[in-house]
Amino acid sequence: MSTSMLLDISNAMLFTAFILYLIATFFFGATIRDKRSKHKKGIAGKIGITITIIGFLAQLVYFITRWMASGHAPVSNLFEFTTFLGMSIVLAFIIIYFIYKTGVLGLFALPVAMIIIAYASIFPTEVSPLVPSLQSYWLQIHVITVSLGQGILAISFVAGLIYLIRQIDQTVRSKRTTWLEIVLFTIFLFIGFIVSTSIFNFMDYEATFEYTEQNALTTTEYHLPAIAGPAGGELMTEGAMEPWFEAPGWMQGEDAGRKFNTVIWSFLTGTLIYLLARLVLRKRIGKAMQPLLKNVKPDLLDEINYRSVTIGFPVFTLGGLIFASIWAQIAWDRFWGWDPKEVWALITWFFYAAYLHLRLSRGWHGEKSAWLAVGGFAIILFNLIVVNLVFAGLHSYA
Amino acid sequence: MNKIKCECGHVNPEGTVLCEACGKPIEGNQHIDGNDEKKLLNMRYEGSARRSQTYNKSIIDKTWGFFSSVKVGVWLIVLALIASALGSILPQEMYIPADAPSRDPAIFYEERYGVFGLIFYQLGFHNLYSSWWYMLLIALIGVSLVICSIDRFVPLYKALKKQKAKRHSTFLRRQRLFSETESINENDLDTVKERLKKQRYKVRDEDGHILAEKGRFSRWGPYVNHIGLIIILLAAILRMTPIMYLDEYIWIREGEQLVIPGTEGQFYIENEQFLLENHDPNDEVFGEAIEMEGEMIASNYQTDLIIYEAKNDVAGADPDLEKIVEDELRMNHPVKFDRYTLYQSGYQLNEFSNMSFDIVEEDGDGEALGTFTVDLSSPETSYELDSGFQVEVSQYFPDFYMDEDGNPASETNFPRNPGFVFLVYPPESDTAEVSFIGIGRNIDATGDNNYSLSINDFDMRAASGITVRVDYTLPFFGLGAAIFMIGVIQGMYWQHRRIWLRPTSDGVMLAAHTNKNWHGVQKDIEKAIDGTKINMVEDQQELDE
Repeated sequence: MSTSMLLDISNAMLFTAFILYLIATFFFGATIRDKRSKHKKGIAGKIGITITIIGFLAQLVYFITRWMASGHAPVSNLFEFTTFLGMSIVLAFIIIYFIYKTGVLGLFALPVAMIIIAYASIFPTEVSPLVPSLQSYWLQIHVITVSLGQGILAISFVAGLIYLIRQIDQTVRSKRTTWLEIVLFTIFLFIGFIVSTSIFNFMDYEATFEYTEQNALTTTEYHLPAIAGPAGGELMTEGAMEPWFEAPGWMQGEDAGRKFNTVIWSFLTGTLIYLLARLVLRKRIGKAMQPLLKNVKPDLLDEINYRSVTIGFPVFTLGGLIFASIWAQIAWDRFWGWDPKEVWALITWFFYAAYLHLRLSRGWHGEKSAWLAVGGFAIILFNLIVVNLVFAGLHSYA
Repeated sequence: MNKIKCECGHVNPEGTVLCEACGKPIEGNQHIDGNDEKKLLNMRYEGSARRSQTYNKSIIDKTWGFFSSVKVGVWLIVLALIASALGSILPQEMYIPADAPSRDPAIFYEERYGVFGLIFYQLGFHNLYSSWWYMLLIALIGVSLVICSIDRFVPLYKALKKQKAKRHSTFLRRQRLFSETESINENDLDTVKERLKKQRYKVRDEDGHILAEKGRFSRWGPYVNHIGLIIILLAAILRMTPIMYLDEYIWIREGEQLVIPGTEGQFYIENEQFLLENHDPNDEVFGEAIEMEGEMIASNYQTDLIIYEAKNDVAGADPDLEKIVEDELRMNHPVKFDRYTLYQSGYQLNEFSNMSFDIVEEDGDGEALGTFTVDLSSPETSYELDSGFQVEVSQYFPDFYMDEDGNPASETNFPRNPGFVFLVYPPESDTAEVSFIGIGRNIDATGDNNYSLSINDFDMRAASGITVRVDYTLPFFGLGAAIFMIGVIQGMYWQHRRIWLRPTSDGVMLAAHTNKNWHGVQKDIEKAIDGTKINMVEDQQELDE
């Protein structure tokens, strides 16, 4: 089979997986909507998990065919890594689902995975060759383990979030309701990202800019109208919108301006959707969702939250710190170099270590643990998004 | 020491909260684990007597008490977390980009990041991870690890060793999972016992009191992983000593043979050739990505090298070199010999190795009146030409540039952009003409030279940057990491589950405890009591307490 054919199959399978996750989400939604008969609930959940597994297999085919086409594990740049993180979250969800059989988990876990897979698409999706430092079998060992660890930790976030929506007193406005609303608003920003990129992709919008980076003239293609142009950039496409302002110069890394522009669009679109939702519901999003979750047992959510951390923490340590160190020793002659990505892996590790120790004390189960799980996932996302977009380090390959 | 005798007859050490044998809460000590305010017993350390909770008089007691607190440990972790994050905001000193106008941290941070950068630098955050206070923080975490572990492990071990199957009824009632059944069938207990055994519980029966236990070893997981972390911290201290750790860097040009620094003249390295290979931009699979990148993507950095060992090392004499290794040094493919490891760490293409010059008459037909060749790594002081010319090297700038004051200077000692001031003595003349010549530069200093110089030819070669490393601490780090992983897996992937059955007049009390995964132990109980008259346990947990 030719490589281009393999890649076509690969891309089609990724798309299929995405659609299947979407369909499965609706079935998991049905597990909470239909409370009249216990039997029916069981069926919706079973269909949901079956579709999820088929989706996961489709994504596995994407992974394998892309590996075959490129000759290396498809975890070598940000598109591939982020896509794989989405896949890991789905796998972690499947495992946890078979332990606890809670359909509502899928209602939240699958959208999180989908958002992450969609986020991956802002990075170049071409199959890229490996630079010398990446040419090692540790590439797949290290990255796959880290990603699995983070995927499992993401499930603790999902359980924590459901717990918070379910448990926080929504009758009066409080600090807790505000914070929960901020967390939910952040999810709207990601939805805003998906909506804005999909719309302009559908319209085939394109604007090319020329700018100087590291003393070399570079071009970048915007697929969203440029609110923020690249620093020192010049618009080359006729009829495209002139940027309102330029991205600040301290944003480093390739295509920083384009990525910053995407962030702005996501923020604007997300905020708009959020405000529309508030207008329709006439109450906080958290308050509107709460009644849907009244049948979920909070202590089970707390258990899933904690259990996911206990399963994910060792996997993350192994992949993110130990395998990472072994590879760094082989490739860069030192196992630890305080590169931003390394530092943030250590911070993630510190954070979950603190979480595990706090669970020893009374008073840290339940809601506080749920908040911690949200915080831990925020650190993981920070390491994925901000460290790559803003901090230039050894890991900025894409 | 005031030992406490429980009504079951067991003698407990001072400070015990729950009797080691029967679990009965010991009066007067319930505040220690906060049991006095709660319905459920705090089972975290089995209510054992911990030094930190028992003695609080001397300074040693107080220090011990301080470091043995989980709260203090968590605070230390949080502080380390915040400090680590601070250091990542701006690049650390070693990551100041090579193309920065000034790599001097005193200038770089302010120049690039303004006042914020200046403050960052003045606070010493540009070397945060090797600052005394960051290391102190990590050391305090180490102390906390040791004290926390000893404070808990010893009494916990004893308590679990001395526990009896026969437990006090209060102990059972105050467990999170509990049920009481008024009357049961005669053989219900035997059925349950059998089923628990089938689920691989160790079942003990003392006068009809049953204790089923499994996974006790998982309780030692935290202490095992802490030992691993301590080994890692000790290895980090060891690494600061020069005996355990050697780090040298060597620049070696193609064709050169040098003694390897740090080997005390015992080993020599020869660079046969350096290769920089790129991915094929017309590649069927990767072509598109390379085009997007807009520049070549390297596929390989490689030094073909030979290592020699010096024999019969007589002072003053040239040693006999014996070839011991011939290998390709690449990224991700270090070369090892003796106790040393070599890493491909850098390269410098296009260094000049030698350069030859023609002497031409200024107003002549361009015919060369003489040619001489300068070895750029070790130029002669003067060159005698057959045609009678003599050329003296007045000044040599291997890596020429104009400094801030407009004077010629050399940026590095490597011949990357050689520049010369030559004194040219025509045949049978004592007065020299001064010429400056470099790449793209040919300056007649006085303006009335009769002869000029021009570059006729040059050879270039690459230099390879190689790290020489000895690190005896690596096995310790490896050992620490392995023990840590064993510890976390032991503690997290297994759970210590216990189920107690205490017969009452006609019925039975059933209670269970696990350190993790309550869902799992409930399923075990469900399976065990299925079909008997024993009631399923109820979860008495007070969430959000």
